[in-house]
Amino acid sequence: MLRAEGIIIDVPSWNDTYEPVIGLEVHAQLLTRSKAFCGCSTQFGTGPNTNVCPVCLGLPGALPVLNRKVVDFTIRMGLATRCTIAPRAIFARKNYFYPDLPKGYQISQYESPICSNGYVELESEQGRRRIGITRIHMEEDAGKSIHDADADTLVDVNRCGVPLMEIVSEPDLRSPREASLYMKKMRQLVTYLGICDGNMEEGSLRCDANVSVRRKGETTFGTKTEVKNMNSFRFVERALEYEIHRQIDLLERGEPVVQQTLLWDSTAGEVRPMRSKEEAHDYRYFPEPDLVPVMVDDPWVEEIRASLPELPDERLNRFVREYQLPQYDAGVLADEKDLADYYEQTARSLKSTNAESYKLASNWTMGDVLRVINEQQIAARDLPVSPAALAGMIDLVVDGTISSKIAKEVFDEMLRTGEGAVQVVERKGLVQMSDRTALEKIVDEVLERNRGQVEQYVSGKKQVFGFFVGEMMKATKGKANPRIVNELLQEKLGARTK
Amino acid sequence: MRSFDDISAALSEHATTCENIIQEYLATIDARRDLNAFLAVDAERALVRARQVDEKRMGGDAGPLAGMVVAVKDNICIKDWNTTCASKILEEFVAPYNATTIEKLSDADAIIIGKTNMDEFAMGSSTENSAFGRVKHPVDASRVPGGSSGGSAVAVSAGMCTTALGSDTGGSIRQPASFTGIVGLKPTYGRVSRYGLVAFASSLDQIGPFAVTVRDAARLLQAIAGHDERDSTTAKVPVPDYLTALNRDVKGLKIGVPREYFDESLRNDIRAAIETQLDILRSAGAEVRQVSLPHADYTVATYYILATAEASSNLARFDGARYGFRADDASTLKENYTKSRSRGFGQEVKRRIMLGTYVLSSGYYDAYYLKGQKVRRLISSDFERALSEVDVLIGPTSPTTSFKAGEKTDDPLQMYLSDIYTTSANLAGIPAVSIPCGTDGNNLPIGLQIMGKQFDEETVLRVADFLETRA
Repeated sequence: MLRAEGIIIDVPSWNDTYEPVIGLEVHAQLLTRSKAFCGCSTQFGTGPNTNVCPVCLGLPGALPVLNRKVVDFTIRMGLATRCTIAPRAIFARKNYFYPDLPKGYQISQYESPICSNGYVELESEQGRRRIGITRIHMEEDAGKSIHDADADTLVDVNRCGVPLMEIVSEPDLRSPREASLYMKKMRQLVTYLGICDGNMEEGSLRCDANVSVRRKGETTFGTKTEVKNMNSFRFVERALEYEIHRQIDLLERGEPVVQQTLLWDSTAGEVRPMRSKEEAHDYRYFPEPDLVPVMVDDPWVEEIRASLPELPDERLNRFVREYQLPQYDAGVLADEKDLADYYEQTARSLKSTNAESYKLASNWTMGDVLRVINEQQIAARDLPVSPAALAGMIDLVVDGTISSKIAKEVFDEMLRTGEGAVQVVERKGLVQMSDRTALEKIVDEVLERNRGQVEQYVSGKKQVFGFFVGEMMKATKGKANPRIVNELLQEKLGARTK
Repeated sequence: MRSFDDISAALSEHATTCENIIQEYLATIDARRDLNAFLAVDAERALVRARQVDEKRMGGDAGPLAGMVVAVKDNICIKDWNTTCASKILEEFVAPYNATTIEKLSDADAIIIGKTNMDEFAMGSSTENSAFGRVKHPVDASRVPGGSSGGSAVAVSAGMCTTALGSDTGGSIRQPASFTGIVGLKPTYGRVSRYGLVAFASSLDQIGPFAVTVRDAARLLQAIAGHDERDSTTAKVPVPDYLTALNRDVKGLKIGVPREYFDESLRNDIRAAIETQLDILRSAGAEVRQVSLPHADYTVATYYILATAEASSNLARFDGARYGFRADDASTLKENYTKSRSRGFGQEVKRRIMLGTYVLSSGYYDAYYLKGQKVRRLISSDFERALSEVDVLIGPTSPTTSFKAGEKTDDPLQMYLSDIYTTSANLAGIPAVSIPCGTDGNNLPIGLQIMGKQFDEETVLRVADFLETRA
């Protein structure tokens, strides 16, 4: 059965005599300040058709000039995915007609891409998997067609010439889950490298998938289809689930899979035909005569290699080493650069530099910080509680000024007002009561008020201990130092038991 | 025909002013409207500019080309001028920017008088393929001036300007120069910026000068040559002083004569005219020897595969969405493309787009485009080899002199063969000049071509200048 409402599952939901074969083509918009072949800004949100010049408008007579940053960024990705960097890369023209493509061709790469033959590693349901990268090449983006209410099509060419990097994987992915893990890996890498903002909803990171199925054990590939327009990790899984089911159903019925391009419709939850093989474009690629070959010498590659930032796997390992974090914590924190940066800044702002406080910072980052940024859909760096502020709060917990319980309240208040921990604690009088004599007095009062429970305890029902702790917290509005309360209660109740 | 030397002399003797010179040219343009050399003349703009240059001359800080009046082929963008490429599809296109060559001319204080007629998108060898009517030969109006830069050639040869800019993809400067009896130079590929030249075949196109004398061609080249940050294909090779290279001495120079250019198919009168020039060189102490270009037979075929392939892509941007011309009865996007392009382009342009699309198509790419690229490399190495033995190569510019209008329009192959001696310089990327060398029985000019090593315009011009002074 075809199912529109895909549920994300780790175990194949299809007839397991079949095996899907998936390859992804990932497009990442590069974060250069100017476009790939002219000096126009890549800034978004400006008025339509304002970031343009004769070159990106494709005016007659205008010529492209390569922005070397584009090469630089693409080589960074190539090195991060262990690709071979070509000493000589050639641009090619991909010819097709479309209103948002002013030149009638896209400058891309065809036969001599800048990076090839690399790989990334994933932890999937099938264990540690190595996914091959066939090639990474540079190209320019097209403009945007906007269909207005009067059925006119308007074209905004601001995006024309914005640099893209296309990463083509080998057909090594064997499940929708792997495809989405691979996509996450791509996102992780480009954001760590600082070459793409990784925003799938806004289209700065997008992917197309080539999918086929075959009987398990077969070595040849089945007929593939191409699925486009999957603009979130969830949609990658759902669209592929859908398409794999569709292909298996066809084969089960004895019908052939037709090679075609399909479009994922996230509202309907299905893939729909876009064009068949007969309608497929003949792009008539040929070397771009307006640009000279890009010569990449070793010093250039080495310079880029030396400037590569720490990559996710290295960072994970360092977190374990430097902050004595459990493997699990380090994995969650290093997963997204933004969160990893948040954690690291917090850890570095701590006054107490021991394993306990690092772990406390990790708990807070993986817990409340991650919860809030997910709820509010914001980046960790935009959280009203800065890493320094969080560190300040954790220091108060570590030095006993506030209890962990109170810390939750302090954090929420910091989040609401943007104040520092010390300010909040002072303003709301949340300093922990650690004065033994004062607490002893309250313990006596509590025990006096609850004689029945004291008797229960004395007669052996030790579970009521928790009740006394609760009463203590109630009486002190949560400010009592739990350790001292524990000690006092043990002491007093113990004395009565004897 | 007045050279820039004549003009400079008259200006420095205060015998005339730039403004007067413009007036005289305007009068000639007006008197010879029948030739259809110009697509646009802006008298007002030229006169304003002439007065500015006259003022600068008074102040003693005029540029090197002050007093030179230039006509510009209508495929080179000048800000605020229509740039039509003699095509209906670009009839309403007003360029919002200047080509680099135009900025350089302006910096040198040359004055632009107008835009010249041409074969549509520079595709043709007779200037009959203009959407705005053919250009006529000044000597015989029933004849063609050659092409595709026929308008620029006629503008100079009929005395409507001092010099002109043309573009040469397969002979489009040299062949019309030859037909009209003037000097036409195609520089080395990468010597002159193509920024602002509406592309026909990007790997072959070069802008170059038309002039009455070799000295003027050298002066104009001097002004426009050099690396341009806006054109990645321009070379960072220093530009020498071309005028000082014209030392009127050819002693010891080695002149190569390609055997393949002098086979039995060459017209006797053209052969004789060239041989007379070779004798002059010999007697002046140059060494003339035969060389071979073994792949010469494949030149035209290779050229028409590669040039049309690039053209099919370069002309894709004219799709009815921009630049004014659009079929008004299209109901779908595809119809808009097909109708606008079917009506906007002329026959020859459509023929070449189809040829180019075909040779790049999947399944044919290897057999045509790729093979063409390989043969292009063979042709280039023929020239490299020959030019390692000699300093320049000399031969005819064209297998014929000016032919009758309509004579070859129905036979594209015959028309393409007009380029048999010129396309190789584009394929090899080397400089080549055509200079007049006598006339035929119909009093029609014959052209002689001199080709040289890459970036060695100096020697090419030096030999040309020498022959010009001996003619």
